[in-house]
Amino acid sequence: MKHYDLIIVGAGPAGIAAARKAGGSVLVIDDNPSAGGQIWRGSEIELPCEFLSGARVIDGDARNKQITVESSGVFKLSYKKLILCTGARELFLPFPGWTLPNVFGVGGLQALAKSGLDVRGKRIVVAGSGPLLLAVAAYLKDHGAIVPVIAEQASWTSLARFGMALLQHPAKIKQAFALRRSMRYVPNSWVTKASGVGKLQNVTFQDGRVEQCDYLAIAYGFVPNTELAQLMGCRLNGAFVAVDEQQQTSVPGVYCAGEPTGLGGVDESLLEGEIAVMGNRDRSKTTHFSRALNKAFALRPELKTLAAPETIVCRCEDVTLGRLREAQSWREAKLHFRCGMGPCQGRICGPIVEHYFGWTPESVRPPVFSTKLQNLIALKETTYS
Amino acid sequence: MLEIFVNGHAVKVPPKTSVAAAVLQSGQSAFRMSVSGEPRAALCGMGICYECRVSIDGVAHSKSCQVLCMPGMKVVTG
Repeated sequence: MKHYDLIIVGAGPAGIAAARKAGGSVLVIDDNPSAGGQIWRGSEIELPCEFLSGARVIDGDARNKQITVESSGVFKLSYKKLILCTGARELFLPFPGWTLPNVFGVGGLQALAKSGLDVRGKRIVVAGSGPLLLAVAAYLKDHGAIVPVIAEQASWTSLARFGMALLQHPAKIKQAFALRRSMRYVPNSWVTKASGVGKLQNVTFQDGRVEQCDYLAIAYGFVPNTELAQLMGCRLNGAFVAVDEQQQTSVPGVYCAGEPTGLGGVDESLLEGEIAVMGNRDRSKTTHFSRALNKAFALRPELKTLAAPETIVCRCEDVTLGRLREAQSWREAKLHFRCGMGPCQGRICGPIVEHYFGWTPESVRPPVFSTKLQNLIALKETTYS
Repeated sequence: MLEIFVNGHAVKVPPKTSVAAAVLQSGQSAFRMSVSGEPRAALCGMGICYECRVSIDGVAHSKSCQVLCMPGMKVVTG
């Protein structure tokens, strides 16, 4: 079994920052074709260490300080120190028509555009919540798309409060104003329906307005990717991985940096990545920013009423909201209706079910990402032979 | 530019284009059929949701958003 002084899981900002400060034998693992995470997807990023792309960590054993990696085959690696920089995914909330082709996440559509999708001339509605809406709308527009409207569910009042909190971050204010230029940004506005035959054609808003479009980019903020940390036994603090001042989790030798410890954006991720390797740094400003962010874009209660009984919540197993209402717990939803038991393992429907019913999964089990049976068999053979 | 085949139709894309982007570019809107028979397509764009699964060079259930196009690649949607 190959050994490294440090293994970093995730090559986004936190993982890159950690790798750049680290010494000794270091390996960075990421499931994407190249480094950069979502924010620097498609950029040419050089890592000063060994980098394994297109690989997933499917299991971890903190007691023996080992992880199981699926790449072209499957193998185990041992580490002295592990830094989990697994990032965040988008929060999706169901509404009639959200499963239609050409309805994407906000970061989701940007990721596809950064991966070569040509958006020139496409009419794209951007909706949901959070600062990413503006950034992505601007990106799409710069790449030739027509963005008729950006629908932000938060009210003008909470956005104004956010603006005040931003006064400590002049660069961020400048950025927001630059992005806002010449775009129709409508607060207090949200999508109630997507419709079309076989694919998206129209988007309906809460006031009954209908917008014809090619694509809808919609998401309501982020969900931290804490599954691997949970599997390794790391304690959570609410939705996030609990860490100390040095980014160490409750499990010896396992550190965590970036979005899984709190949604603070790129600056906080870079700082935490460095801290995970080097120890204490001043983090007062970034923490303040993430608090203001989470308060301003709090989700309005109406968003819980958009899905109809026949609206699908679990997209892998096609479990509807009506079905879920017959269950009393996440466990029942799983056992009776297979909610969360498809290939995404509840990563998309889990946060929705939590938002609607307050249920959370009881445990995380390996493999933490779906893998081929032949990989599990191969692993067993290498372990016991 | 390189050429791949989506359901037998040639699509030309720039190097480093993901298969998911190429499928969308080809005009194909459904990537797979859901368990109840609904057409589905890429959602998250980052390897989380598994909605963009297609067959790539005979390998079923490949996450097309995390695979880059290679010349001559044969992609079949569900």
